[in-house]
Amino acid sequence: MSFNRKDLLGLEHLDKKEIQTIIDAAKPFKNMFTRSIKKAPALIGKTVVTLFCEPSTRTRTSFEIAAKRLSADVVSIAPKTSSFVKGESLVDTAKTLEAMKADIIIIRHTCAGAPELLAKNLNASIVNAGDGFHEHPTQGLLDLYTMYDKKKKIEGLKVLLVGDILHSRVARSNIWALTKFGAKVRVVGPPTLIPKRISELGVEVYYDLDEAIKDVDVVNILRIQMERQQGGFFPSIHEYNELYQVTEKRLAKAKPDVLIMHPGPMNRGIEIDSEVADSPASVINEQVTNGIAVRMAVLHLLALARNKQGRKHTC
Amino acid sequence: MLIQIKNIRIVDPTCKIDKVGDIFIENGKIVDKLSDKPEKIIDGKNKVAVPGLIDVHSHLREPGQEEKETIKTGTMAAAKGGITTVFCMPNTKPVTDNAPSVEYILMKAQKEGKVNVFPIGCITKGSQGEELAEIGILKKAGIVAVSDDGVPVANSQVMRRALDYTKMFDLAVISHCEDKQLSKNGVMNAGKNSMIFGLRGIPNQSEEIMVSRDIMLCELTGGKLHIAHVSTAGSVELVRQAKKKGLNVTCETCPHYFSLTDDYVQNYDTNFKMNPPLRTHKDVEAIKEGLKDGTIDCIATDHAPHTQEEKSKEFDNAPFGIIGFETALCLVLSELVDKKVLTFEQAIAKMTTNPAKIFSLDGRGTLKPGSIADITIIDLDQKYEFKKEDILSKSKNSPFIGRKFKGCAVMTIVGGKIVWTLKDGIIN
Ligand SMILES: [Zn+2]
Repeated sequence: MSFNRKDLLGLEHLDKKEIQTIIDAAKPFKNMFTRSIKKAPALIGKTVVTLFCEPSTRTRTSFEIAAKRLSADVVSIAPKTSSFVKGESLVDTAKTLEAMKADIIIIRHTCAGAPELLAKNLNASIVNAGDGFHEHPTQGLLDLYTMYDKKKKIEGLKVLLVGDILHSRVARSNIWALTKFGAKVRVVGPPTLIPKRISELGVEVYYDLDEAIKDVDVVNILRIQMERQQGGFFPSIHEYNELYQVTEKRLAKAKPDVLIMHPGPMNRGIEIDSEVADSPASVINEQVTNGIAVRMAVLHLLALARNKQGRKHTC
Repeated sequence: MLIQIKNIRIVDPTCKIDKVGDIFIENGKIVDKLSDKPEKIIDGKNKVAVPGLIDVHSHLREPGQEEKETIKTGTMAAAKGGITTVFCMPNTKPVTDNAPSVEYILMKAQKEGKVNVFPIGCITKGSQGEELAEIGILKKAGIVAVSDDGVPVANSQVMRRALDYTKMFDLAVISHCEDKQLSKNGVMNAGKNSMIFGLRGIPNQSEEIMVSRDIMLCELTGGKLHIAHVSTAGSVELVRQAKKKGLNVTCETCPHYFSLTDDYVQNYDTNFKMNPPLRTHKDVEAIKEGLKDGTIDCIATDHAPHTQEEKSKEFDNAPFGIIGFETALCLVLSELVDKKVLTFEQAIAKMTTNPAKIFSLDGRGTLKPGSIADITIIDLDQKYEFKKEDILSKSKNSPFIGRKFKGCAVMTIVGGKIVWTLKDGIIN
């Protein structure tokens, strides 16, 4: 097994083999979901903490279910509402958690690098559940898993990421994972929402969605944040819809068996047409299911790596 | 005290001297010869004496932020770095926009300072960028320049008035050049690295737009403009062209802008977060070229101490700035002199003669007889590792911890008094 890391901070520094290991490990967990008892004992006696410094019920719930299905004890902390950590620095909060013997800390934070800050300061394993615009590795992994599951092969797949690439950690994690597996990645959006140097990561840049969507196997639609309009990145939601909404008509230019993906939560009628979201090509709900399996795989592999490390230390 | 420094290599850029000889000190001044037998003889063999180093850009944090630095600890660190004079920026709490604040700093420096402390006053009241501070009164109280450092004077009309008004006092206006709208929320250089790290970028243009504006206002008014911490290739070129036109413009850069690039910002290490941010290899090369051809007049530290607590925050939330007193000379020697960007004499001029001239510091920045005995003694072969536990500054926020240098100060003399030696440390 080629996964020996203490933390999962991003996909940039993982090699293809490590990513493959996670994907492979997710498969049996997904099969387990159809059984009547959806529980494995892999994390019995382990404490998993979710520390969500930026609200996200979806991702937190997904991680919590994943940890519980592995029989871990799960504690959730939301600093904004909890007096437990009010006014305390991130490192101090995390040190408190460490003193409570948390084995794995799952963190989401508005600041890029916050998971790395914890990883540097703590012995607990850190899982990045999304940091600023940096990475969202488990989302990248579940997207890859979903494509793998449907298309059987990633190499040569044409994958289009639509929307706000600049502020998207999902886009970055997708790009790292997909390019390592030989997919041809395209990004499309207004120039104000596409980082200047993105092509250096091996992706093709488009500004015209009708052009970009031609012959693609996968369209992964990113959520557009309403506040970007106030930030002056585009003039109006109306114009954004006009230029970048993924519609049935536009999809006709893609491959006939195109997959529609979205990390959620969706803005129906804004970045994605409602019909498209509910069409047979859409695997958006499957992404949610796969997310739990992939997160179980990550937690399980980190726990295994910890056990190995632990043994090394005692002898 | 009568001091004789024997057999030392004397390098004085003011009079293009580079020779082995003796230096005599009497009553705090450098003299031709002593009136009596020396009370102390210093063996200068294999060492170099240069005019005491002058750092025109630092933050001593007193009054108001003594948890980061005090005049006492800051000047101890300066002495250790071979620096005999520091200019301190007015962004203290309260800001130095009034005479009592200037007097307080001077009084503290007199009592507890190890080196000369020259305060810089605010350009505008409260550094708010709206109304001019009482610059005439500040000048009387003892300031050597004005600056709203930390923030730019955003309003062009106000900056124009500042450059115009200060002419009657022959005071330089030190400009922190930044278009705050363009750099908004930025925490590192805008480039490939910021894209990968998911951090908001600060483009070179946010500096260059203001450099360009200030040069134009300098042309309009004929005032004396000094541009702080130049970090980009574009700024160097703008200053070069302005100087060609004969405008009254000078500028400084800092050691980190010729030693580091944004490639060093790894693992979200906040000791690499400063403003302006570390730029690219191309910018570093242009800074070196600007130092070489004289476009860049001074090397200043922008010594900006911050506590461990503040610097251990998330990269976005940690304050900008690094300490610089204790590494500046070492970096100049290793990155500029050893790498043949500048001769030793040229490098020293940017930390002595040039600042003394720009800011009209009479009797400093030179070793001529009659001048004040501020002297830095350097051993070019001395090996020195910059260790965290040896830092004299109250704060330890340096990206250079662990660096090994060859060549550093071994003795610092201020006004004829030995204040620090490598062997004995700070001398009380
Ligand atoms: Zn500044």
